[in-house]
Amino acid sequence: MSAETLLLATLLLPLVGAIGIIATGRKPNIREGVTLVTATLIAILVMTIAARFMAGEEFALTVIEPLPGIAIAFKIEALGMLFALVAGLLWIVTSIYAIGYMRSHNEQNQTRFFAAFAIAISCTMGVAFSANLFTLFLFYELLTLSTYPLVTHAGTPEAKRGGRVYLGILLGTSIGLFLLGILVTWFVAGSVEFQDGGILAGNLDPAWAGLLYALFLFGIGKAALMPFHRWLPAAMVAPTPVSALLHAVAVVKAGVFTLLKVTIYIFGSDFILSNDVTGGLIWVAAATILFASMIAMTKDNLKARLAYSTISQLSYIALGAMLASKSGLIGASMHIAMHAFAKITLFFAAGAIYVATHKKLVSELNGLGRAMPVTFTAFFIGTLSIIGLPPFGGMWSKWYLGLGAAETAQFALLAVLMISSLLNIIYLLPIPIRAFFSKPDNGQHYTKIAEAPKTILLAMTITSTACIVLFFYPDPFYQLANLAAGGS
Amino acid sequence: MESHISLLLVVIPLIAAPIVAILPRGRLPWAAALLVAFVCAALAGIQLWAVVHDGMISYELGGWAPPWGIEYRIDAVNAFVALIVAGIAAITLPYALLSVEKEIPEHQIPLFYSALLLCLTGLLGITQTGDIFNIFVFLEISSLSSYALISLGKKRQALTSAYQYLIMGTIGATFFLIGVGLIYSQTGSLNMQDLSTLLPEMSHLRTINTGFAFIMIGIALKLALFPLHLWLPNAYTYAPSVVTVFLAATATKVAVYVMLRILFTVFPHSFAFATPTEELFIMAGIAGIIIMSVYAIYQEDIKRLLAYSSVAQIGYMALGIGFSSASGVTATLIHLFNHALMKGALFMAIGTIIYRLGTCRMGDIHGLGKQMPWTFGAIIIGGLSLIGVPGTAGFVSKWYLVIAALEAEAWISVAAILIGSLLAVVYVGKLIEALYFKPITESGKQIKEAPLLLLVPTWVLVFLNIYFGLNTELTVGVAESATAILGLVN
Repeated sequence: MSAETLLLATLLLPLVGAIGIIATGRKPNIREGVTLVTATLIAILVMTIAARFMAGEEFALTVIEPLPGIAIAFKIEALGMLFALVAGLLWIVTSIYAIGYMRSHNEQNQTRFFAAFAIAISCTMGVAFSANLFTLFLFYELLTLSTYPLVTHAGTPEAKRGGRVYLGILLGTSIGLFLLGILVTWFVAGSVEFQDGGILAGNLDPAWAGLLYALFLFGIGKAALMPFHRWLPAAMVAPTPVSALLHAVAVVKAGVFTLLKVTIYIFGSDFILSNDVTGGLIWVAAATILFASMIAMTKDNLKARLAYSTISQLSYIALGAMLASKSGLIGASMHIAMHAFAKITLFFAAGAIYVATHKKLVSELNGLGRAMPVTFTAFFIGTLSIIGLPPFGGMWSKWYLGLGAAETAQFALLAVLMISSLLNIIYLLPIPIRAFFSKPDNGQHYTKIAEAPKTILLAMTITSTACIVLFFYPDPFYQLANLAAGGS
Repeated sequence: MESHISLLLVVIPLIAAPIVAILPRGRLPWAAALLVAFVCAALAGIQLWAVVHDGMISYELGGWAPPWGIEYRIDAVNAFVALIVAGIAAITLPYALLSVEKEIPEHQIPLFYSALLLCLTGLLGITQTGDIFNIFVFLEISSLSSYALISLGKKRQALTSAYQYLIMGTIGATFFLIGVGLIYSQTGSLNMQDLSTLLPEMSHLRTINTGFAFIMIGIALKLALFPLHLWLPNAYTYAPSVVTVFLAATATKVAVYVMLRILFTVFPHSFAFATPTEELFIMAGIAGIIIMSVYAIYQEDIKRLLAYSSVAQIGYMALGIGFSSASGVTATLIHLFNHALMKGALFMAIGTIIYRLGTCRMGDIHGLGKQMPWTFGAIIIGGLSLIGVPGTAGFVSKWYLVIAALEAEAWISVAAILIGSLLAVVYVGKLIEALYFKPITESGKQIKEAPLLLLVPTWVLVFLNIYFGLNTELTVGVAESATAILGLVN
């Protein structure tokens, strides 16, 4: 297949899948078959593209040019490839998980759920492959809209409230600030194309660069920087597969991915470093890392705790982007992948606990480890990877982020990263410890509780194994991150 | 042949109107009106094509040479607006059949179509003519017929709203006429092209200044520029659905055209610069966008919600005029077209709900999204276009408008435009929430999707909203050449 065909297929296939899902909605087995086939094909497609991309092939495609100079166009570069690879590989795992979860939970409107999920994946691929800010913005907004029915899936007043916060903050920041940033970029540079080395150097008075960067930093609400982070905990009312793939991987990573793209290909790291564009703003990310971790400690609801942990981890990536040094960018890019595998494992486990026991609170988990050993082992592995210990993948991204902070002599930021790792230990590690070593409350024994359905266990096993594999074999992601950061 | 088109566009609906009125009851009046609308749309399309390719067309009525005789003078600006008017008429009329049968007593149907054609005559006439007094005549034709059309609404408030519009509209028309009279007293000419050569030397005269002010206020009333919009929400709310669709998509647009014509062709550009006109437009625009969008959020009646949103959208167009730069006027012209598409689509979708339900209050439409998925889809896409999400026509308008504001370094306007979009998120969201998330009532479960004859025209407009969001050759291209004709160069 030609490069264009492959690219287009990755974007359109999930949409075709969504139509297939709607058409076969009355027969759940066939419908789930459609989901699995589509997800498998997508995984194969992104791996094929990745292999051919690494071999040096170029992937570029202009679909239509609505305004002169502003086209809906796609072009694959290293960072987008990395993001697409993560999202594409994890979709199939999440699909396996989701089928088990939704069925054992007897959720309503499953057809709508799977269809919206597929559309969201298509939008994610659009974000990953976009060749300019306009295309990226288009798919960024579509991603928000297509995930809205997933957030409000339960239809309860709480879900609707969550949905309102979700839509309000994401659309509000994107229209009010992000779009303005794009318009200003177009106005000063006459282009919104992603280019190596950026397009702003020489076009923008460095004195204004910090302000423009702030428009992007806060406007990209999906990156969940404080004070625009509230949508992410609000989105936790969604079914767990949604929280797992979209609100730990696709949607939030689309946010930090966009931030990285803007940093590398619009501003350019040289421009940022030589003019100290992000000197003050970087502390927003640092503060988010610490505050979100502290809030996470106070949350008893497991998913809420994981959500705040995600907010904190996302700011690692924002911080790496704003360091703008080579190691910082490598660390940030790799963290997209490493955090994705670890956090999705944690969410899978949280969902498994909920399916098997209907427990949502951390304080209720005492002693459950014996009854659900696979789940809590997976949770334990995910936890260690998030903390950044060897031999787990999460170590590499933290290594490079720390290196980036040291490289630019920002020792205060290095301290923030270290403190945050300690905080991670404090709010995450007690969960598996409670489960394995504490006695159940009231002296009862969990005799009736068994592990969640097999598909759920399978998904968890895959992602937690991946956390370990990525420690020994981080090469594909490292190479892409290195390329994105300007290395060869 | 092409030069005759300009006259035919006015004469065909004018002659057809009385004929339709005396046709027997049944579907014949509708069929005749439909035919006229299609012919007009085709002619307007040919005319725009001819003007873009061969340049300006001048048609002297009765062979009397201007400036003594009446001249129809067609360039890209008015050919563009004429196409909007005739095109919307052609899309509205297929929709009209069922909706009108439901909402209008049978014996009034021929009269209804007759009045609609007269309104079309007036609106097309305004776009075609090159004579400023002639504009007044056609303005009155369109206004008088729209008073009649609005008063045909089912609720009794339709009468009072029509009356309110009558009073306000007459004041506007009178102001316009006084202004024209004052200018005529000094220049002795009514031909707009002629005026544009005469006025530069006279722009210091107080009479001319007064005349200018009267004309501006008069048209501002007609186009419902905030704070002269008071007639519009009632008129749109209580008029029959078809009338709302037609007027919302055309009447105010034509008034904006007249405004542009007078500001930039008739009067010299320096004139507007010397007076506080621009500042007033920008202030009215900003205030209109913010205040009216907030009003829209609190409306219980959906048609009224959209009506307030329309006033806010007129604020965007006023902003573009206020920047009085090439990019600003281009943005106004683009939004003129795009807003006709999005409001047309939304009012049509609401009309189909009214067709099934009889009302369109927030409280009555709970959960109908699942019963009427196609109508609901139309509302979603129309709403996204109204917000200005990329990929829709609304985004193109907003893009050009913000760029124009950045060029003018009008930071408050930039903020107002973006805040306006956010407020649109709120009121569109409110609508969608009511349609989708509120539990459906028992009686609501009996509601079925609307018939195809209503859905197809609605979806034609919905499709155009997306098409012109992705392919802007027509809108941007024509708007740019129209701006050049108005004498504004980048």
